[in-house]
Amino acid sequence: MTKVATHAVASDADAGELLRLAERVAGAARPGEELEVYVARSVEVDVRAYEGEIEALSSAASAGVGIRVVAGSRQGFAYAGTLDEHAIDQTLADARDNTSFASPDEHVALAVPDGVPPKSLELWDDAVLTTPSEEKVNMALELERRVRSADPRVRQVASADYGDVAAEAAIATSTGIVASARRTVCSLSVVAIAREDSDSQTGVGFSAARGPGDLDLEAAAVDAVTRATRMLGATKARSGRFAVVFDPRVTSTLLAVVSSTLSGEAVTKGRSFFAGRIGEEVAIPTLLLADDPTDVRAFGASSHDAEGLACRRNVLIDGGILRGFVYDSTSARRAGTTSTASAVRGGYASTPGAGCRALLLAPGSLGPQEILGDVGEALYVQSISGVHSGVNPVSGDFSVGAEGLMIRGGSLAEPVREVTIASTLQRMLQSVLHVGTDVEWLPGVAAGQTLAIGDMVLSGA
Amino acid sequence: MTDADASLVEGPVLERVLTAALRRGGEFAEVFAEDRRSTSAVLDDGRVEELSSGRDRGAGVRVVVGETTGYAHTADLSERGLLAAAEAASAVARQDRGKRVVGLEPRAAVRPNEVTVPPEEVPKGRKIELLVRADDAARSSGAAISQVSAGYGDSRRRILVANSDGVLIADDQVRSRFSVSCVATGDTGMQTGYETSAFTVGFELFDAVDVEEVARTAARRALVKLTARPAPSGEVPLVLASGSGGILFHEACGHGLEADHIAKDASVYVGQIGEQVASPLVTLVDDGTMGPEWGSFAIDDEGRPAQRNVLIEDGVLTDYMWDFLRGRKEKRPSTGNGRRQSYRHLPMVRMTNTYLMNGEESPENVLAQTPSGVYVAKLGGGQVNTTTGDFVFGTVEAYLIENGRLTEPLRDANLIGNGPQVLRRIDAVADDFAMGPGTCGKDGQSVPVGCGQPTLRITAVTIGGTAGD
Repeated sequence: MTKVATHAVASDADAGELLRLAERVAGAARPGEELEVYVARSVEVDVRAYEGEIEALSSAASAGVGIRVVAGSRQGFAYAGTLDEHAIDQTLADARDNTSFASPDEHVALAVPDGVPPKSLELWDDAVLTTPSEEKVNMALELERRVRSADPRVRQVASADYGDVAAEAAIATSTGIVASARRTVCSLSVVAIAREDSDSQTGVGFSAARGPGDLDLEAAAVDAVTRATRMLGATKARSGRFAVVFDPRVTSTLLAVVSSTLSGEAVTKGRSFFAGRIGEEVAIPTLLLADDPTDVRAFGASSHDAEGLACRRNVLIDGGILRGFVYDSTSARRAGTTSTASAVRGGYASTPGAGCRALLLAPGSLGPQEILGDVGEALYVQSISGVHSGVNPVSGDFSVGAEGLMIRGGSLAEPVREVTIASTLQRMLQSVLHVGTDVEWLPGVAAGQTLAIGDMVLSGA
Repeated sequence: MTDADASLVEGPVLERVLTAALRRGGEFAEVFAEDRRSTSAVLDDGRVEELSSGRDRGAGVRVVVGETTGYAHTADLSERGLLAAAEAASAVARQDRGKRVVGLEPRAAVRPNEVTVPPEEVPKGRKIELLVRADDAARSSGAAISQVSAGYGDSRRRILVANSDGVLIADDQVRSRFSVSCVATGDTGMQTGYETSAFTVGFELFDAVDVEEVARTAARRALVKLTARPAPSGEVPLVLASGSGGILFHEACGHGLEADHIAKDASVYVGQIGEQVASPLVTLVDDGTMGPEWGSFAIDDEGRPAQRNVLIEDGVLTDYMWDFLRGRKEKRPSTGNGRRQSYRHLPMVRMTNTYLMNGEESPENVLAQTPSGVYVAKLGGGQVNTTTGDFVFGTVEAYLIENGRLTEPLRDANLIGNGPQVLRRIDAVADDFAMGPGTCGKDGQSVPVGCGQPTLRITAVTIGGTAGD
């Protein structure tokens, strides 16, 4: 098949040009005003295979600018989904106009250089751009083929996808910030449907890497098949109190929720149950939780934060004691401290906030098998649902749908579905039984590993 | 006339781009152009934090050959930009089948309602003033209200669809929303409450909606939960207040009735047309023409006019929801359910406004005839696995029912059920229908939807609280 001209719709500017563009616009700051210009650009390819054919092949190039103006302690923001010069001028005018409608806030400020040198991180694999589309298509087709042929009970593959993105961003401010970063990510993901009698179950498998050469197609296929087939015959378990062992992917999701309670922004606005508790024991004494975006193994790794400061390691919980929060410039000033270089933003269309990028729980001493052997009768959870509706990071109330397998005699036993597990985030941190040694680096803001938590309420039949 | 009134792309350009898109042997080609302007403002922690305005404009070109779709998009609406996207999208087609010239026939779209006050004509200061009023109202609702965040947003989304079947049609979709979320702090810790009002209308929304009332509702939800007890665990009878829980049907069966899941045998409702899939009290409709509701539009994102589709009638499954591609395969028309988040995305089957029709009971009777159980005054979000039918949805305001009356408030919890089972367990439907707005996420794309239902009862559903049996 023909090579898809991914670059045909991309802008011609190179990374240096992005930075020059940001600097040029930031240079237009007027006396008494601070200006921040964030410019981002990305190219993406997505392939979906179905029944041995390409179902969809999308190639996309996006670019945009977000401009923040602070004048008289008031902030205004505007964005445009283009790097067209005329549109950028209009965006700057809109951002300026918008400042007059905000309330004055002495804490609002752009980042200023803090002397921390940025680490040079290799987060880019040229192969994302140079690999011919047909090879990407073939990976999606091969992924589907392997899943379909792996087990006679796999009757359908709902989706088998290859996707990649190469993203660049540059930021410049009138306060002296000049920074740029770039990264690539690619992934394979597949949803297998297994059937036996009238029962259908699904399993999701995936693999992610910086470049297509590092994807593990076989692991993604096996993962999807195993997860779907082992759930066949699942029933609703009886209600009761059990220890729960979370699969690494679920742990990563849980840490992402916990991270929102550690955001300096949530803390300073009274939206975190951790507010005012620095120095207190909030977790079991061996627990160490840190956010380290300079760890290149993390998919959220970055040399700079979204305000252009050099990223650094921040310890949040150590020895079970709450040690700190993550701050961007504004939330730091509100809290009377300095930024931890933890500004994050959803893209050029949003303003920065404070958040984690690369959380990791320090591994304990047991692997997943040893953990299963140590928890007695317990529930192994392979996936959860309803996280956005059932976990409240303000109150800490935790209630999610779960599916997985019972653990009996140190092994996975009968599959369980249509149950919920509940506790509070506060209690869960105090009830950690084991943090596994099996760290998996996953897309998102946190790595995952097998995690055992005692005394959760399972609600079923 | 401002540039906002001009056509996004001229007809002759579209014809040339479509002709180019078919050059390599594509069977169908489409240009979707979009120009979206939005304004949003946030008041938080007692301050108007920022007013943000933005614009995203571009087009996506789709080429279909056999079962394969090629797609490419560009922010460059010039003929050169569109031709480059057409070239990239058509790479999936491999055979030159000779030149096919596309001729377009402009059609008019019928709007579900008129926008009387375009948001861009309203001074920004008036939008900010709404936030300040809401903040005051929420904070005066109780001394325990410790934090308030209020958000205003409007968007104007002009779209144009042209395809190789000769369709050329445009729509101008204006939406406005207002939301408030509150934190209440007491001896038992912190609790949250929120309320949203959102419609496919302009600034006239605020003639009909009192932002102070929205704020008081959000505050009340947070305050009530300060004295709430943990929700029970296990199976309980459930009464769902009108308008609070349309999300139940969205998750329990809506997604499972989307033809893309059906085509891949990834839904519990495959092969069930004509079958009794729900209690005879259930008549479920998806209706994109529903006046100012949040999920309404004149045309879907494939240029198909919105329509009203009955999905389940008296408990019998009557039809699925279809987009162009899935309909094409089954040689039937789309039902106006082909939607996409933006020009950067491929369309797929999506719901519009999905609702359960009124029954005949009074809501008071439904409650009075429920000896014990849980009453959900407001549901939060939900999630479903269409293959197994298992779905969850969260409560944000719920009470214990004892002897047919509401007693104690309950803390937030998720409920879990199985779609086909829950639909059969509906044993009472009242006559007090109401709608509410939501945002539906599927395969990484978000679109505005409406959900609605009257008060109803489900005989048993599992609630995931922490209280013992």
